[in-house]
Amino acid sequence: MADLINVIEEWITNLLLGWGVSEELTLFLLQALGSVLVVVVCFVIVIALIWVERKLAGRIQDRFGPNRAGPFGIFQSFADIIKIFTKEYITPEGAEKGAFNIAPVLAIASVLAIWAVFPFAINVIGADVHVGVLYIVAVGGIGILAILMAGWSSNNRYALLGASRSVAMLVSYEIPMIVSLLVPVLLANSMKLSAIVEAQQPWWFLLVAPTAFLIYLISSMAEIGKAPFDLLEAESELVAGYHTEYSGMKFGMFYVAEFLHQFTVGSLITIFFLGGWGGPLAVRWPILGVIYFYAKSFGVYLVISWIRLSLPRVRIDEMLNLNWKFLIPVSFINLIAVAAADRVMQDLELASWLYVGVMFAVNIFILVVALLLAGKSRPAVTREKFPPRPVAVPPGTESK
Amino acid sequence: MQSYWIYIGIFLVVAVAVPIIAVALPVLIAPKKPSRRKEEVYECGIETTGNVRVQFKSQYYIYALIFLVFDIETVFLFPWAVSLGKLPLFAVVEGVIFIAILFGGLIYAMRKGALAWY
Repeated sequence: MADLINVIEEWITNLLLGWGVSEELTLFLLQALGSVLVVVVCFVIVIALIWVERKLAGRIQDRFGPNRAGPFGIFQSFADIIKIFTKEYITPEGAEKGAFNIAPVLAIASVLAIWAVFPFAINVIGADVHVGVLYIVAVGGIGILAILMAGWSSNNRYALLGASRSVAMLVSYEIPMIVSLLVPVLLANSMKLSAIVEAQQPWWFLLVAPTAFLIYLISSMAEIGKAPFDLLEAESELVAGYHTEYSGMKFGMFYVAEFLHQFTVGSLITIFFLGGWGGPLAVRWPILGVIYFYAKSFGVYLVISWIRLSLPRVRIDEMLNLNWKFLIPVSFINLIAVAAADRVMQDLELASWLYVGVMFAVNIFILVVALLLAGKSRPAVTREKFPPRPVAVPPGTESK
Repeated sequence: MQSYWIYIGIFLVVAVAVPIIAVALPVLIAPKKPSRRKEEVYECGIETTGNVRVQFKSQYYIYALIFLVFDIETVFLFPWAVSLGKLPLFAVVEGVIFIAILFGGLIYAMRKGALAWY
């Protein structure tokens, strides 16, 4: 009972081998079953998340949210699915059909593919490859391609402008994201995701590298493309951005990809900074590890939703300045400082609590200094460019 | 080790196949009544005139160019970060110098106004 998932796996293996299936085919079938299971769980989670998100948005904005279909509106997502499946596809004239149809599939496949390498528990690991981090970065980059394809092929000005804007933004924010990912890699001395999770078993990297955690959180929020960084679909400027022309399930795929991406970012933060499957009794009962993993991911998801529902949208120049003039320098300095501190303390062989304490202090010091410097170098708001214009006064109502 | 990559291959096939099925299903059950008005390009109610593949700011190009430099830098930094614990101090300092050179490049680009958004 201690090891439910492996027991089931062994049972299926023995069953198939007992039927006279060859060993390679058994492995193949098991892997296919595993990947289908992970993908299906992802979609089920998204269906639940859409309801949670809408309910949460309702509560934060002082309204009810969905409350008609079923108790507390929990069947709202299912009603939406049935509706969206029966919607007509409209392809705008002049659209490039190939790219137009591939883009929604690519958008969701790029997010789903990240799940191939996740360690769900101590012994439930997808593909424990040695270049796990690089795989995540590489596959995650395909999402940008999907956005560009959708924007370009739609034959629509809003879509094209939204896509080009989002590419400038997503591409920029990839740098602080990758650089802050280097910190857990450096601390764990491995790019293997299971090794990274195991390296933070007593002390999460949230405590060892809080600055990298914050930079990663901010830049991956930008990567998701949700408020306060939802410039790629700023409704007041670009209608719906790159998916203006999409309808029916093709639009639904972009919508699902967005939610799934947010949850995926939650699980990536869980793996890199919050100890992955780690928790009380997770080593003895791996099934608990899976529960911890999903619970932590869901927690990070809620925090991201909370931030996005609380803050207004930023302007594009503010956003790019935040990235190039604050996040990138800070992330590089943080990387150098963490590398140096880690190196020095490895030679000293300190107690682990002292090591964590010093690392935490170094990180907080960098963060505070960076914030102080950024506050000082902030340009003062000047009105010279836009001098106050005389207000038009209706004739006959002038006062003196 | 090899079986991991086979798993990733199977996973990629599943990850592409599931959305394809989801997108293909409405083709069977959804109505299909295309008309000229319906297929017009959306532009807030007015009819679109001219070429929609508009020219946009060259600023995007500069951002992409600088991104490329830093992206390649991070690829070089991953092996450095993985083996940091085993490297001699000289190699660690060398990595820091490598970061510092590119950091100088970033400051140069900033001073030149390449990162200003007009």
